[in-house]
Amino acid sequence: MRIFVCIKQVPDSAQIRVHPVTNTIMRQGVPTIINPYDLFGLEEALRLRDRFGGEVTVLSMGPPMASESLRKALGYGADRGLLLTDRFFAGSDTLATSYALSRLIEKAAEEQGMPHIVFCGKQTIDGDTAQVGPGIAQRLGLSQLTYVSAIDAVDPEQGTITVRRRADHGVQVLSSRLPAMITMLEGSNQIRRGTQNDVLRAARSDITQWNAAGVGIEDLSLCGLRGSPTVVKRVFAPSVRSEKATIVSSESGVSATASALIEAILERQPALETDLLEQASGY
Amino acid sequence: MKKELPEHFRSYKHVWVFIEFEHGRIHPVSLELLGEGRKLADKLGVELAGVLLGSGADSLDDATRNCFAYGADVVYRVEHPVLAQYRNQPYTKVMTELVEKFQPEIMLLGATVLGRDLAGSVATTLKTGLTADCTELAIDDERSLAATRPTFGGSLLCTIHTLNYRPQMATVRPRVMAMPRPEEGREGRVVVYTPELEEERIITKVLDFLPDDAAEASGLAFADIVVAGGMGLRSEENIQLVRQLASVLGGDWGGSRPLVQKGWIAADRQIGQTGKTIRPKLYIAAGISGAIQHRVGVEGADMIVAINTDPNAPIFDFAHLGVVSDAVALLPVLTEAFRQRLLVNRMAG
Ligand SMILES: Cc1cc2nc3c(=O)[nH]c(=O)nc-3n(C[C@H](O)[C@H](O)[C@H](O)COP(=O)(O)OP(=O)(O)OC[C@H]3O[C@@H](n4cnc5c(N)ncnc54)[C@H](O)[C@@H]3O)c2cc1C
Ligand SMILES: Cc1cc2nc3c(=O)[nH]c(=O)nc-3n(C[C@H](O)[C@H](O)[C@H](O)COP(=O)(O)OP(=O)(O)OC[C@H]3O[C@@H](n4cnc5c(N)ncnc54)[C@H](O)[C@@H]3O)c2cc1C
Repeated sequence: MRIFVCIKQVPDSAQIRVHPVTNTIMRQGVPTIINPYDLFGLEEALRLRDRFGGEVTVLSMGPPMASESLRKALGYGADRGLLLTDRFFAGSDTLATSYALSRLIEKAAEEQGMPHIVFCGKQTIDGDTAQVGPGIAQRLGLSQLTYVSAIDAVDPEQGTITVRRRADHGVQVLSSRLPAMITMLEGSNQIRRGTQNDVLRAARSDITQWNAAGVGIEDLSLCGLRGSPTVVKRVFAPSVRSEKATIVSSESGVSATASALIEAILERQPALETDLLEQASGY
Repeated sequence: MKKELPEHFRSYKHVWVFIEFEHGRIHPVSLELLGEGRKLADKLGVELAGVLLGSGADSLDDATRNCFAYGADVVYRVEHPVLAQYRNQPYTKVMTELVEKFQPEIMLLGATVLGRDLAGSVATTLKTGLTADCTELAIDDERSLAATRPTFGGSLLCTIHTLNYRPQMATVRPRVMAMPRPEEGREGRVVVYTPELEEERIITKVLDFLPDDAAEASGLAFADIVVAGGMGLRSEENIQLVRQLASVLGGDWGGSRPLVQKGWIAADRQIGQTGKTIRPKLYIAAGISGAIQHRVGVEGADMIVAINTDPNAPIFDFAHLGVVSDAVALLPVLTEAFRQRLLVNRMAG
């Protein structure tokens, strides 16, 4: 089976700091990781390869250093990594990103053949929009299967697939056709530890890099800031409530504090006491 | 970077809300969006429309009435057997056709599993901008939609515009906007649209639907009183302090994201941007710092009470009442004091 997995390099959110004066995000020195949601797609891809043979290709769009994330994915067992990198992609919103990635996928498909499945993460931890997967599916005409918790059956020969999809009030069992774009739900599997071999191979492998022209993008107005219909107009700190929280004093011990807090709550929200009593009488 | 809106988009008018209609009922987020859409439409002086897709005349009649009651002036009604259960392909096709034919300037969808699946496809087909998970929507001086959402990193918000494309699309998570009060008997105009759909051409089939056990689903999002804990609780064991207070108050309980990541609480108990949004009458946060991703999930509460050892914790910037104190010591005492208070009152009453 031919499987592509889109992975995004993101800042490790646990270590992001905001500049105390300018209120901007300080990216310098923040370590990067593979977007954690993408690892569920990668693991599912590796499992399918274990079963059916074939190859897993990981793809990313980003600055040259995103090749580190691709190499990391090779260390988990992916077969090859492709990076689309060009300054023209800077400032891409989700529409421009799905355009660039779908061109990268088409370029890779020219060389390897059309993938049976393209995996994306459910969402990222930085942009967090969940829009790029559906965007790619739409552009490439792939069956769109989002929030998949399990792949029940897949037949690459027949081009059929059956999945379980997490819907709002239950689970949908869906049958569909390949090629498909799948986003895996978190917790649906756990990324494996790469073998010694994989790790060694990853360290030695080259990550293939293309620029916009390399994947056949001629119209640069579809890329980056120019190709992005959304415009960020303002970044700001949330307003501080004009009055800060009234602090209930705690000088005379915990139980005095507790009583004072209850008084303060009920003084401000007298209706609560009636609500509480109604509930309590229901016991 | 201000450009003119291209000529062919100038005729785009009106505010649309995609009505999420499944298993015979409207998702509450769609009604919340009608409330919010009403404000935007009034500000622009245009109509508010609900876009309703489904099958089964009776239930669609009922849903249409509801759209009017919650503020819609117009309902675009699309009835077809292929639309009985949500599937991306036919829904994207119909929504795209509707937009091209009737040309709305703004389109809002719920940031639900269904809404997120659909919005990304529709925006890509139309090649327009889509802002995800907005917490605030407004119309600016140039009649443009200003969609505000949290940015990563913990403390900032950003306002995003779609200047040169139409419609301006945005998704909003459930419970972020207030539920409007319905006005029974309010009427409006129905526009029926008949799409060309054939089941044979739809590549994805629904083989089965396994409904969730309703009893197991947590009612956190709709609880009137919510008590939550954060890393300040220091151990998994202390989660029970939060649960006990919630239980005495007849409320529900939850926690911040790190507790989910540590495996101390289940993922459906997480409160915040990537968890549940709550709008209780009373929210008590114990040992929670108040990062922006947490804040946007609780800001709709009528009253926020924070218990935190750090007087400079950001949560005191948006809480109404605060106690600078060790939550682990205070919670059990507070629980007991509430219990006593209710007992006394009950005997008196
Ligand atoms: C704080 C913030 C808010 C933003 N808000 C918006 C917004 O409302 N609307 C908008 O259009 N843009 C927005 N953007 C821009 C958006 O984040 C970028 O377009 C980004 O390139 C992709 O979006 P995402 O991170 O949300 O990905 P998602 O759509 O959440 O990603 C889903 C999956 O797509 C794949 N994927 C995404 N990006 C890449 C990549 N570069 N390489 C490989 N695979 C990838 C991954 O598998 C990923 O798991 C925002 C950015 C930031 C930082
Ligand atoms: C994309 C993204 C999405 C996110 N989504 C969410 C989300 O949905 N929900 C969410 O909650 N977070 C979310 N986060 C994480 C968020 O940024 C914060 O990291 C998180 O909310 C912090 O949790 P906390 O307040 O429990 O822990 P901390 O920030 O560690 O704060 C602990 C607090 O407890 C106080 N404390 C310590 N000891 C005591 C004591 N004995 N008694 C009382 N107080 C004490 C401390 O002073 C401190 O203020 C998200 C982050 C990202 C990047």
